[in-house]
Amino acid sequence: MWFLCYFLHRLLDYRKPEIESLAKLFLGENAELKWKQSPHHHEDSPFYFIDLPSEDVARQIASRSVLLKGFFEVWGEGRTYDELKASIESLSDEKKAPFLTEDSTFKIVVDAFGKVLSLDEQNERIHALSYIPFMGAVNLKNPQHKFWIIETEGNDFNNGLPPADNRSIIFGREIGLSNRKVVVKYELSRRSYLGPTAMDAEVALLMANQALAKPGKLVYDPFVGTGSILVAAAHCGAMTMGADIDIRVIRDGKGPDRNVWSNFKQYELPSPVGLIRADNNVPPWRPNLFEVYDAIICDPPYGVRAGGRKSGGRKMLQGIRDPYTIQENMRKDHIPSTAPYTLAECLHDLLDMAARLLVIGGRLVFFYPAPRDECGDDFLPKHPCFTLIANSEQILSSRYSRCLLTMEKTSKYTEIIAATARRVHQEFKDNHSEMLQESRENGSLHHIVFAPSNEAHRLEGSESRPRYRGKYV
Amino acid sequence: MRLLTHNMLSCNIKGVTKGFPLSIEVQRLDTKDADFNPDFLRNIFPKLEWKAFHDAAVSIGLNDIPEQVDPTMLEDHEFLQKFHHALLEVHLEEGALICPETGRRFPVTKGVPNMLLHEDEV
Repeated sequence: MWFLCYFLHRLLDYRKPEIESLAKLFLGENAELKWKQSPHHHEDSPFYFIDLPSEDVARQIASRSVLLKGFFEVWGEGRTYDELKASIESLSDEKKAPFLTEDSTFKIVVDAFGKVLSLDEQNERIHALSYIPFMGAVNLKNPQHKFWIIETEGNDFNNGLPPADNRSIIFGREIGLSNRKVVVKYELSRRSYLGPTAMDAEVALLMANQALAKPGKLVYDPFVGTGSILVAAAHCGAMTMGADIDIRVIRDGKGPDRNVWSNFKQYELPSPVGLIRADNNVPPWRPNLFEVYDAIICDPPYGVRAGGRKSGGRKMLQGIRDPYTIQENMRKDHIPSTAPYTLAECLHDLLDMAARLLVIGGRLVFFYPAPRDECGDDFLPKHPCFTLIANSEQILSSRYSRCLLTMEKTSKYTEIIAATARRVHQEFKDNHSEMLQESRENGSLHHIVFAPSNEAHRLEGSESRPRYRGKYV
Repeated sequence: MRLLTHNMLSCNIKGVTKGFPLSIEVQRLDTKDADFNPDFLRNIFPKLEWKAFHDAAVSIGLNDIPEQVDPTMLEDHEFLQKFHHALLEVHLEEGALICPETGRRFPVTKGVPNMLLHEDEV
């Protein structure tokens, strides 16, 4: 069954992967999705057609989606209102009649992409539809059937997209709309406990969708901070667990009513099943713990707004290799110092941990930062246990982007893979000072983002920057 | 900290081979209602080290967790209720986790176990 898939015009690169993930969530393994697009539409245009097995599935997907506007059954399409009329009239009466009956109620919504229509213009378009034999009564508040006229402009009024060849007008029956109220409900400005890198509510919900979070599942965030990602996973019904190396953030927060727990209580969500102060570099899992999490969702510290830390502390900072001991009488209440954690090492540990602790079919969803020209699939971290499902780029500045990576565990974590990971771990440990030095001098993202501007980095055409930016705009 | 978390943690000091299960030192336990979720219980059941879970439950005074279990018991509502209570409703608010091999004490404060190692333990 083909439906019009009308997206919101934001986070362009994230839209199709979200629908694909939700289709998998509701249809299981066998979800076979087909997409179609009118030839004169740009790749980043919000109009697609999607083949779904039923209206119910479409409604389920819509209800959880963040970046969809809605699914519609198309009754007619044209470049002008005359073409639209011909197209609607050519649709068989069998399809139309059940929704035009005398005892039904209906409403017509006029929507325009890339322009605003005045009330008069809207009414004019509605009245022009008099050739459709609506027998039912109009009900604006609670109609049984909603019909939409969706109009786009062909020329430059196109929300930052390159001009389309021609104008298009679509008339269709509403199947299901997304529920954007959820995004408003979880807005960070209403959250009682926030940190400097708390994840934006819309993106956090998107991450939970990519991770296929649902009731009965266990979701883990190894860089939990104030819990902003787990709140979204809990909203989707999953049980949550988090770890952080900064104990003040997870244990104390900003007081008894402003901490990670209160962030869940605020929305009447079940609180995390566990919060642990732990270091991802030296994780405290029992040796025979495997395949326990259904999803791992996180935003690793990548050193632009917040840097990562790991255990080991001063001895690593100073490059001391000799045994470093703490006197017996100082042990109690000793506060271990931590060492900087390079992005490369952090990602290695994350992938290794996820490969070990995710169930087969479980998903790892995380942000990967990269300079603008290194966001292609070839530059991404890889692991033999994982298959890349989606790579969605979000441009943060002219210098760098963050890519939301969705990976699925498709093969077992074998002893050979574990042994390789241990070897790499040891290499990172042995060469800590050298790698840190190297990363400081040239490789670090912080360096790329904050280096003084020069000719090479000058932003081209910054004045004509379109309002919406996607990979292809 | 709930027994679910306890079941996943071990002492990871360099060189330690028998860091699991950690024994529990109780200063304050708390019981908080949690939503009963049979799907989650069935999902997590095969992933637990049951003996460690049973022993930990006994050590904090929960004596109605059977020592021997099999997956058919997941259909028994009464068992699920007890399992739910021990796994998710009883919290160690203040206390510590003790390494069985070295005796290292990992403090638990405000329900959060502090598993971070000292510099010379990494």
